[in-house]
Amino acid sequence: MINVIWLLLIVGGTVVAALQDELPAVTDAVMNEAQMGLETVLGFTGMMILWLGMMNIAQESGLIDRISSLVKPFMRRLLPEVPPDHPAMGAILLNVSANLLGVGAAATPLGLKAMQHLQQLNDNRKTASNAMCTFLALNTSGITLVPATVIALRTSAGSVNPTEIVGTAVIATTCSSISALTADRIFRWCSTEDGRD
Amino acid sequence: MELINILSMWTIPVMVCGIPLYGYFKGVPVYEKFVEGGQEGLDMAVKIMPYMIAIFFAMGVFDASGAMALLSRLLSPFLSYIGLPPQILPLALVRPLSGSSALGITASLLREWGPDSFVGRLASTMQGSTDTTFYVLSVYFGSVGVTRTRHAMATGLIGDITGIIASLYVCRLFFG
Repeated sequence: MINVIWLLLIVGGTVVAALQDELPAVTDAVMNEAQMGLETVLGFTGMMILWLGMMNIAQESGLIDRISSLVKPFMRRLLPEVPPDHPAMGAILLNVSANLLGVGAAATPLGLKAMQHLQQLNDNRKTASNAMCTFLALNTSGITLVPATVIALRTSAGSVNPTEIVGTAVIATTCSSISALTADRIFRWCSTEDGRD
Repeated sequence: MELINILSMWTIPVMVCGIPLYGYFKGVPVYEKFVEGGQEGLDMAVKIMPYMIAIFFAMGVFDASGAMALLSRLLSPFLSYIGLPPQILPLALVRPLSGSSALGITASLLREWGPDSFVGRLASTMQGSTDTTFYVLSVYFGSVGVTRTRHAMATGLIGDITGIIASLYVCRLFFG
């Protein structure tokens, strides 16, 4: 799926550009965007090191286990194939908490960590497990309580009330998360026992 | 709303103080453990670089070539049917594909229409309520080498469409 979309973006873009005689724009994009991608990673590498460092302290001190036990019943329902005391659960819980609080910079490294642990539980290393799909349904639907980036944007744009969209954003994200999780469940039922669609 | 301001101000400081402090009292060598975990962060960053470049470059080509604008024009009859303001269209299309483009579009909409206009509020709600599906999937799956993503993409897009439509109706209800 990703292969096809990726290919379509590149080939589709190039064909459209050729038809409109805009090929230099494609060349420019190729040159600049590769650099931009690299700079983006470098831009959050510092945050990544910081949050995974913090996470390691939290892991060693048993803090993660304590936080986990609070939300565990809910997550156990959502991800029945992850053993509740597996490190994957801890990382998932921290990722979800960071997303809820709108700390995107912390959420990504914790999410990647969670994926690593989920991969340890995965029988087929090349194929996404059910747990991974559910976890990503939560992440892509952008479940949040504090959309911090938007609040910052609105403040800098001179809004009278930068936080007035929090309520609407929370309702909208709740709708998208519920629909993504429901869709995930339906896909899960439709796929066969060994996790293939 | 006051609570939200306080929450977003305190979250990070509380985390960076609380976690090491808790660890220290539990007898964890906090500095060593931080560095050890950080090393993992560095390895991960190096690993996801190619995935990031793959997405940025493909999205960049699609956007710069005018294909994105063409897609917006093709879809606009449908979107005006559900009542989405035309100015929002590029944001709705880009949101699942590229986080930095979406942020750029939101910023320019807020500048152009004002953050407290209907367009500004709708753009903010949309920006705040969904995440960049394509980016999350490629980077998360990429970092562990999963290539068969099964229904994850479909699930993500269903969530995005719901989020966009929900944003529109909730904003109409609250701000319309």
